[in-house]
Amino acid sequence: MADRFSSPFDIPTPEGADGWQDLYTYSSLFCEERRDYEDAAFWFHDGVHWPEALTPWDTTFLEFALASLSQYNTRHYLIPPAYGVDFRILNGYVYLSPVPAPAEEIEARVPLFMERAGFYFGNWDRLYDDWLVKIRDLVKEMTELSFAPLPDMEDMEVITSGAGKGSGNELLASYHRLLDLALTLWQYHFEFLNLGYAAYLDFFGFCKSAFPSIPDLAIAKMVAGVDVDLFRPDDELKKLARLAVSSGIDNRFDAGDVATIWEKLESDEPGRAWIAEWEKAAEPWFNFSTGSGFYHTDRIWIENIEVPVGYITDYIAKVKEGADLNRPVAALHAERDRVVGEYRELLDSDEDRGAFDAKLGLSRTVFPYVENHNFYVEHWAHSVLWRKMRDLGKVLEAAGFIADSDDVFMFKRSELADVLWDLYAGWAVGAPSRGPGYWPSEIQRRRTIHRALKEWPAPPALGVPPEVVTEPFTVMLWGITSDSVAAWLSSGEGDDDGGLSGFAASPGLVEGPARVIFSADQIGEIEDGEILVAPLTAPSWAPIFGKIKATVTDVGGMMSHAAIVCREYGLPAVTGTAYGTKTIKTGQILRVDGNTGKVTVLDG
Amino acid sequence: MSECPSAIPFGALAEEHHPHVGGKCASLGTMSQAGLPVPPGFAVTTQVFVDAKTASGSKDRITEIVDGALGRLSVITQDALEDVAAHAREVVMTWEIPEEHATAIRQMYAELCALSGIDDVPVAVRSSSTSEDSPDASFAGEHDTYLWVCGIDEVLEKIRRCWASLYTGRAIMYRHEMGYDHTQVDMAVAVQKMVRPRAAGVAFTLDPTNGDRSGICIDAAWGFGESVVSGDVTPDNFLVDKVMWSINRRIISPKTHAHMLTEVPSCEHPMVLRVPVPEDQVNQPSLTDEEILAIARLARTAEKHYGCPQDIEWAVDDDLPAGEDAVLLQARPETVWSKRHHVVGAKTDVMASIVDTLVNPLYAKRGTQPA
Repeated sequence: MADRFSSPFDIPTPEGADGWQDLYTYSSLFCEERRDYEDAAFWFHDGVHWPEALTPWDTTFLEFALASLSQYNTRHYLIPPAYGVDFRILNGYVYLSPVPAPAEEIEARVPLFMERAGFYFGNWDRLYDDWLVKIRDLVKEMTELSFAPLPDMEDMEVITSGAGKGSGNELLASYHRLLDLALTLWQYHFEFLNLGYAAYLDFFGFCKSAFPSIPDLAIAKMVAGVDVDLFRPDDELKKLARLAVSSGIDNRFDAGDVATIWEKLESDEPGRAWIAEWEKAAEPWFNFSTGSGFYHTDRIWIENIEVPVGYITDYIAKVKEGADLNRPVAALHAERDRVVGEYRELLDSDEDRGAFDAKLGLSRTVFPYVENHNFYVEHWAHSVLWRKMRDLGKVLEAAGFIADSDDVFMFKRSELADVLWDLYAGWAVGAPSRGPGYWPSEIQRRRTIHRALKEWPAPPALGVPPEVVTEPFTVMLWGITSDSVAAWLSSGEGDDDGGLSGFAASPGLVEGPARVIFSADQIGEIEDGEILVAPLTAPSWAPIFGKIKATVTDVGGMMSHAAIVCREYGLPAVTGTAYGTKTIKTGQILRVDGNTGKVTVLDG
Repeated sequence: MSECPSAIPFGALAEEHHPHVGGKCASLGTMSQAGLPVPPGFAVTTQVFVDAKTASGSKDRITEIVDGALGRLSVITQDALEDVAAHAREVVMTWEIPEEHATAIRQMYAELCALSGIDDVPVAVRSSSTSEDSPDASFAGEHDTYLWVCGIDEVLEKIRRCWASLYTGRAIMYRHEMGYDHTQVDMAVAVQKMVRPRAAGVAFTLDPTNGDRSGICIDAAWGFGESVVSGDVTPDNFLVDKVMWSINRRIISPKTHAHMLTEVPSCEHPMVLRVPVPEDQVNQPSLTDEEILAIARLARTAEKHYGCPQDIEWAVDDDLPAGEDAVLLQARPETVWSKRHHVVGAKTDVMASIVDTLVNPLYAKRGTQPA
């Protein structure tokens, strides 16, 4: 077994990707100036959120997210042993490194943490209620931002109102405002999350001490909510499918293409009533990404309504077959109570039962945030932000800066301010901007590099592995543990039985044919009874979980989306196998053991 | 003519039947009713005994022989006692099982054969006397037991032998000393399938390596459980979570030998001998996942039934249909960890506890997370 991973300084540039560094913020690159620090650290590839090579602007959310996460650890709550999580981009891929607090600082941080975190825990429900208001206000403000082409002349109203400023100023300000709101969004994202995980880990640790062999998913099951906002979009689809059947308009969906379906629906009263219900559900619930929400290419239901309409059509067929689409909420509640009751009864003393109750109680207080924030931030708010960015792209496309509105994502975040300045200045002066002559070929070059980067297989880790992984959020969020690091180090040296191992994230043992898919675009390829093998899954893939037999992912831990959804659907899942999509081929027969976390290819 | 049935399967043996089936059968019935799957079989009730005795007309004859002899003698010699006993047993052996009862017993034995898929399935025929219900039941188990009984004629014969075993010298003396009326003691009989284990072993309703009460630890090997109990084979080991019913640990050991039922030319019955295991089975798991869970569930049921951690012996009977083949042979309280207290002793102050969790994370130790 090797004792370290490759140095980030020894990783070659993929063929055809020379100059890739131009695509990313200078501060996010490995560099000579910080070599001593960077070369001695441990870096793992974050495939949970960023499995593919990033385009330049898409690094915005990466940088905002990691800085915000870190800031709460380091500067707000003073998590005693942990500073933040450092981030780099290498060959277009995201590498993260947990930064421990210096040992000599830990003790002094403890009382500060207790006071600060204690305040949040003590006022959790009120603060979370406030959060829900804040996040809705934030999304509302994002929604109200507008990016429109600059007019040939300002409206008379600008004159008569004495506004004293014009559309170009507004355009630049709107972009700055969009960035400010996006950073605020990510500040809000981590306002509760780290503390939520800390409370959960405390309960987790207690359970592991009381019952050394307790499966992680038993602990997750005791804490997990049953009514989770992340399931709401799927529930809305089912509701709409039932409505279509009960109001006798389900045959309209036979048409297949959305335009025809809509035309038929609009032709009479029951159809229009259905559309009204659709619209009610769509805002906000169909602001739902088919991916992790971190890529501008992730399709969003509300903008690609063939996706949710396709799911509704499938559900209509099931309703007509007499299937009960309802999630068995009462049964899930009863099962959760059973699991809690039985473990509790196995404890040896009233004192232990008291501690168990207190920790479980706090975990359940904090967990709704942990489970629900993802819809509000990565799905809803990001959907709005991507939409606004495309509007901005259309402005630049109309001005001849770029050939296609999506090219806007080939600009770096801060570079785009300069581009808008160029547009504005040309407009203001009434003379040519430099952009239309400068950018199209540069964007072509960047696209070529990005295509080359997408082919590069990012290694799971770089640098010097820590003796032990102690940063708690690294474990919770990314599923990185001392054991998984050891497994990565020994991989490639020939696994004993050609098998893969990962987290036993959802129990059960099945065999079946593999279907390897790399993105949401391939969802349509999945056939009934297949085992889904993917870099990761997204909550919006929920409707396919009725088709598949099991899930294997490259990345993610016990709390990854695949794990949560598979537990919900009662499917076996093995997450965080690191190499699943690289070693498994579509059509191979797999055995997936969600009890032990083993995946075996049965026919080589 | 009878208010009580001739024979009752263990699984249908309710509390109301207990006075008619003797202590042994009552206990098998109680276990079956509690969801503890003992090897299948049935109780031949005391009604059969009473009707046979009445039909024979020799009830007074027995009293005459026994009380007559014991009444006469102030100090009875061992030889004289054995003579009296032999005489009484001879009389009992002349009793015929009334046809109505014999038909019912034939029917029930036939059902046991059908369940096992074996003609003339080997059974154990055990005495189950009502005197065992008396407060001082120390005499329990002193009557006859016959193993490897095959075929209905043999079964009916051994039932009568069990009845006769009411009149061994020891039994007669015991009742005499206790002041019991010999004619008021009735005999029921348990007819129970002989287990022919594909695999067998022991199970603890806690993890004996660390006292974890959430685990059920199973040791299993091929054939009879002797190899596991005596330790002459390294068994497979499985750990099942008793709340989630997941199998959290599997250690498959090379099981080179097994105790198997073997035909021995010179012997009437096959014998359990230590034999080598065929090479292709040595490293195979001795239990399927379904069997592991079935054994774990029966161990857990025993624990709940008896109200404390249990140490059980179990077998998977090769003759019984899948799903009904895991049987409980014996259950006794676990004694090592049950006496200790496994206290977590976490800080009760939640904030202090969270700090502890963060500063000394569990993940610092390898193996605390599956990977």
